[in-house]
Amino acid sequence: MRYSIFSLLSQTLQGHKGWTPAWRDPAPKPEYDVIIIGGGGHGLATAHYLASRHGISNVAVLEKGYLGSGNVGRNTTIIRSNYLLPGNTPFYELSMKLWEGLEQDLNYNAMVSQRGVLNLYHSDAQRDAFARRGNAMRLAGVDAELLGTEQVRPMLPYLDFDNARFPIQGGLLQRRGGSARHDAVAWGFARAADSRGVDMIQNCEVTGITMAGGRAIGVETSRGPIRAKKIAMAVAGNSSRVAAMAGMRLPIETHVLQAFVSEGLKPLIEGVVTFGAGHFYISQSDKGGLVFGGDIDGYNSYAQRGNLPVIEDVMESAMALWPGLGRVRMLRHWGGVMDMSMDGSPIIDTTPVEGLYLNAGWCYGGFKATPASGFCFAHLIATGQPHPVATAYRLDRFATGRVIDEKGAGAQPNLH
Amino acid sequence: MRITCPHCGARDAQEFSYLGAADPKRPEGMAASEAAMATYVYQRDNPAGVHRELWYHGAGCHAWLVVSRDTRTHAITAVEPAKARKAGATA
Amino acid sequence: MSAQPFRLASGGLIDRGHQLDFSFDGKSYGGYAGDTLASALLANGVRLVGRSFKYHRPRGFLSAGPEEPNALVELRSGARREPNTRATVVELFAGLDAASQNRWPSLAFDLLSINRLVSPALVAGFYYKTFMWPASFWEKLYEPLIRRAAGLGRAAGAEDPDQYEKAFAFCDLLVIGGGPAGLAAALAAGRSGARVILCDEDFRLGGRLLAEKREIGGKPASEWLAATLAELESLPEVRIVPRTTVFGLYDHGIYGAVERVADHLPEPPAHQPRQRGWRIHAKRAILAAGALERPIVFAGNDRPGVMLAGAVRAYVNRHGVLPGRESVLFTAGDDGWTTARDIAAAGGKIAAIVDSRPADPARKALADKLGARLFAGGAVMGARGGRQLSGVTIRDASGVVTELSCDLLAVSNGWNPTLHLTSHQNGKPAWDETLQCFVPGSLPADLAVAGSAAGRFTLAQALEDGARLGRQAATEAGLAATASEPAPTTDPETTGLSPVWRVSGGKGKAFVDYQNDVTDKDVELAAREGFRPVEHLKRYTTLGMATDQGKTSNLSGLAIMAEQTAKTIPQTGTTTFRPPYTPVAIGALAGHHRGKEFRPVRLAPTHDWSKEQGAVFVESGPWLRAQYYPRPGEADWLTTVNREVKAVRASVGICDVSTLGKIDIQGADAAEFLERVYINGWKALPVGKARYGLMLREDGFVMDDGTTSRLGDSHFLMTTTTANAGKVMQHLEFCHQVLWPELDVRMVSVSEQWAQVAIAGPKARETLRGVVDPEYVLSNEALPYLAARSVTVGGGIQARLFRISFSGELAYELAVPADYGDAMMRALMQAGASFGITPYGTEALGVMRIEKGHVAGNELNGQTTARDLGLGRMMSSKKDFVGRLMAGRQALVEQERPALVGFRPVEPGQRLRAGAHFIGTGQQAVMENDEGYMTSVAYSPHLKHWMGLGLIKGGAARIGERVRAYDPVRNGDVVVEICSPVFVDPEGARLHG
Repeated sequence: MRYSIFSLLSQTLQGHKGWTPAWRDPAPKPEYDVIIIGGGGHGLATAHYLASRHGISNVAVLEKGYLGSGNVGRNTTIIRSNYLLPGNTPFYELSMKLWEGLEQDLNYNAMVSQRGVLNLYHSDAQRDAFARRGNAMRLAGVDAELLGTEQVRPMLPYLDFDNARFPIQGGLLQRRGGSARHDAVAWGFARAADSRGVDMIQNCEVTGITMAGGRAIGVETSRGPIRAKKIAMAVAGNSSRVAAMAGMRLPIETHVLQAFVSEGLKPLIEGVVTFGAGHFYISQSDKGGLVFGGDIDGYNSYAQRGNLPVIEDVMESAMALWPGLGRVRMLRHWGGVMDMSMDGSPIIDTTPVEGLYLNAGWCYGGFKATPASGFCFAHLIATGQPHPVATAYRLDRFATGRVIDEKGAGAQPNLH
Repeated sequence: MRITCPHCGARDAQEFSYLGAADPKRPEGMAASEAAMATYVYQRDNPAGVHRELWYHGAGCHAWLVVSRDTRTHAITAVEPAKARKAGATA
Repeated sequence: MSAQPFRLASGGLIDRGHQLDFSFDGKSYGGYAGDTLASALLANGVRLVGRSFKYHRPRGFLSAGPEEPNALVELRSGARREPNTRATVVELFAGLDAASQNRWPSLAFDLLSINRLVSPALVAGFYYKTFMWPASFWEKLYEPLIRRAAGLGRAAGAEDPDQYEKAFAFCDLLVIGGGPAGLAAALAAGRSGARVILCDEDFRLGGRLLAEKREIGGKPASEWLAATLAELESLPEVRIVPRTTVFGLYDHGIYGAVERVADHLPEPPAHQPRQRGWRIHAKRAILAAGALERPIVFAGNDRPGVMLAGAVRAYVNRHGVLPGRESVLFTAGDDGWTTARDIAAAGGKIAAIVDSRPADPARKALADKLGARLFAGGAVMGARGGRQLSGVTIRDASGVVTELSCDLLAVSNGWNPTLHLTSHQNGKPAWDETLQCFVPGSLPADLAVAGSAAGRFTLAQALEDGARLGRQAATEAGLAATASEPAPTTDPETTGLSPVWRVSGGKGKAFVDYQNDVTDKDVELAAREGFRPVEHLKRYTTLGMATDQGKTSNLSGLAIMAEQTAKTIPQTGTTTFRPPYTPVAIGALAGHHRGKEFRPVRLAPTHDWSKEQGAVFVESGPWLRAQYYPRPGEADWLTTVNREVKAVRASVGICDVSTLGKIDIQGADAAEFLERVYINGWKALPVGKARYGLMLREDGFVMDDGTTSRLGDSHFLMTTTTANAGKVMQHLEFCHQVLWPELDVRMVSVSEQWAQVAIAGPKARETLRGVVDPEYVLSNEALPYLAARSVTVGGGIQARLFRISFSGELAYELAVPADYGDAMMRALMQAGASFGITPYGTEALGVMRIEKGHVAGNELNGQTTARDLGLGRMMSSKKDFVGRLMAGRQALVEQERPALVGFRPVEPGQRLRAGAHFIGTGQQAVMENDEGYMTSVAYSPHLKHWMGLGLIKGGAARIGERVRAYDPVRNGDVVVEICSPVFVDPEGARLHG
């Protein structure tokens, strides 16, 4: 059923008895045209775009837990397209454009909110690096403004401008950046894909990939075998485990990233602010909680939880940036496991195994990419060709040297 | 986390820095191939389970350690100095 | 000052001789030492304390502890304002100032309570279904309205005036919770000499014993409590830390705790922190955190005056407050009856007892004795009243409905073990069908759970568990066990329970999650719409996501979902909890790391001297380095820097370079080792010579550069850039210990051991002559370019002298033991006085290195290759080295890769800026035409115009060509000419002078 103010009012009069399930709960069919492993944001978006843009709806999304149980429900909800390198910028800008039309496309309010993303800088060298990035964004048609302290101060009067160890000198602002309601993104894509006939199959863990003549022809699952013409992996955090089922090793390590939310507060900040003298970012949700985070813990982990050193480091950065946060209470912290790729950039590509497609390596930046990732992955699955904005995300780039290393950190995932 | 350094005893993991998988072996010499080197530099097993990994005790004895740690539970079962393992002996 | 009309005439653990005056919403009240804000407000008859999140319903006190969902206030004012503070855990102090929140204009009259009128539409997830049209209205209209209405209290915003600190502790046993189980555990372990830390979140030890009238060993429990505490305090290895919440369990037995050092005082005393964040390393821990009582979902269950039965007991017995005149008890088990008994004992009136269980003669007799009407097999269908409870609607076993007046409804539905910490390591609680609650499931190896937290709810079990587990922990810690004593006897108690999750049929909203205004209908809607997995339920309805994290709501929600889907509770899901157990102030986890103390400051050994010279310092990673040395009358930094550069090029200047990394490398294979880590050759370097070296990461990109000198056959001294000093040290140790342990080589950082200064300019040699002892010949022949020597200075002080140059001038770097750094600068100033010796800072250093085309941090950004930087020819083809193979990859050797060249503005007056991108003249400014970018710029006083280094496609082949330096973020668009990166003295004549 279509969602609108009218359906809401009409249901209100009926005591909300007439709402129907947001998606069906089908049993898996024996065979599909496409199986998508992973019912997280990227998998669900892929399903939606396969069905809506390519007319491929004989598709199953297999999710080992509940829909949206991966990083789409564990992130800090930031959307932005403020990237430096030509392999990235157009891709993230496509994502931003898809975010901008997402509610209408999905008939679901994912609360996409473009309240701005401001990256603070604290030294001349950092300013020049941000200028380089801002200019690259402008060349790619993305909005970017380089602000001085005098412009930042009135925007964020509470920040520590006068007694800081690393004084704020200004910031790079992308006004079109912002946030979205993360769970709603997953649910919106799921509902839209379901409405076009895609089967969303929860509690269905893939335990093996069935091969025949070097080709992937199906999967073994906790709910029995399912065959498919094409099998698409969108299991960031667990990509190596699933790829191993097809005998592949990936240029990926799995790391844990923690995130934090404060108690609900009346509005304090509008957009997203990142601290440039430590690894810290913060925004405030519509519900009032400050949502913030910092560095990955820095060691391989599938445990979905982190440790105190990073927690304290994040709080220290919080206080260094904004000394008024001292009495604000952290309500909850949690961890998500990410595919940390060896150059910090993702992979959307075919694989050496025929019939097996890979969407992986999102590091801690997967949420903002959700629409474009699904869009480009669907394009690849449907046409066999990479989408023009995702041509750099090839699996062989590590062998050829065409790495996309935004930070210049090299082949060490925990430095990206 | 705490890591029991063979030289310094049980120390907070904050004293160490992490590098990654310990077992990939660098292809040495002029005869090594580019492909083998690319595999060494980039490809990882990334297991969900016991992982042999390199930690550097930078705030302590400066030893590189091979730590066996379960990536699902973070439980550490063995720590040995990287220098102690002779080429091929424990890989 | 008003009286305290609900204070009992006697009893309670309060100091009636110590009255504390405080205010709430601007009105003054009195309470006693030993009160919480909640008990003091209740004593004064204040029951309306807050408004709910979505519907702005009036709310009072549900609990007497940390689980409180309703009674959230803004505590204190100004920069000390603490929003969302649970009044039930605030220790009363004189002058306490609190205010209600999330209401406007006042608590009694809240305009947003009109939300009630539209509340039928505001069901779970309504916002996902609307506000979509027109698209632009979301940010402009809908969202700002929602943001303003949402949120709870107001944070201060301004800088927190209080201090915080961090502390670390180590123990054999950490006991979490100072109730009967925890005290018994601490005592048993402490008696055997174990190092015990006992933390309790309350300001008074005792846990539930404080709220109950119990007997231990035939005497009032208070006597056992006093004796136990006295003994614990006498044990030297036992440390009792009240007001301390253990909020999280982390890997390897590390617990996070926060101690509220001064929250019970108006302000922290001088030199005391407000709170202290603890990291406790415990060999063993016992969780004895007790249990949290469960409410029942029925219409109007949020009215101020509806309280948990155990909380009512706490107010009566601990605080001497009977929070109602006319009480009704709604219970699903035996425990609630204790409340009725205690109310009656305090002289209160029990109008009725509604017990959901079938009739039972013993209970009937007890009700009669209490003078209460009994509704056996009945239920409270609804509670009514506006700002406070005025009555309840009771349905009896036969379905007959009765209306009763009352102002207090005590609700008892059994208890949930406080097992939160057991799920912090991904442990899943297990459903206990007999107990009808979740109990700890799989536990981390070193954690045990005692008493109610383990679902062992009686006092006898708590004492028994504590003693047994405490002894066991001590034994496991290697201490000799003390003789096992029988646990003391207790008065009898029964724990019959048949929980009621929801009573249907009442009028109005029935709340599952009070704070987030989640009703039973919302849970039903979630079920209807397919949001059935427990995580979907939570995320869709926001159940359990409020500041109380579902302590009183998760299980009811799960139970109603189970009912909707015809499943059992364990089939529906489990309740797991993430840290922290209760919210933790950000300041407590940051400690003193804020402001200037955010990160340590490293100072060069010549810092004081630079300061005397009037230096302006700049942050350079952890270092503070002298950036430039302004003199009176100089208009701006550029004037100063120009003067410094000119002085160096004309005569002589000195600049501290101590921050560069210095690594001493020794061993028979030292030269071989350098061969492998640098791209260029080292074996042929003679003793007494320095050489520029470049090292790659294994992926073929440049890692770092610097000069390395051969001090002996098997002895080298490497220098690194300031930024990479630590990284390179780690890398070298990796190369040695992990890659090539067979090499005979050792290395140690000596960065801190030496103060090093650059002496540059045509008069450098003459200046140096004044400090180096006369037996050392400094002539060009004796000490040519790239010579490296040990010398003595100032009459026998060991020093190292390197003839190396970053500025392109005749230059030296002189290193002395760090303690002599200051003296060295003064001696050099004296020696160069006649030449007008000029201190210069990092800015002038930067100008001169750009004039000479030397690369630095901006070029060594981790994305460049040796070839990109014009240093490709340094790469030896005769040896293997780190990064060799990967540097040869297709994409790293392509001709079109941007390569380093110089740039100068075609209009000499125009300023250049680093970060500008290069676009062909006449080309459109789009990504496809992006040819590279400017890495570094400076104004050259030598050339009298700006100059830049940059990376551009084609590199040196395009020298002479013009391109745009396009900088839209700073409105820059300058035509520049590509030129050689060496702007000054390309032949190097000055260098060799």
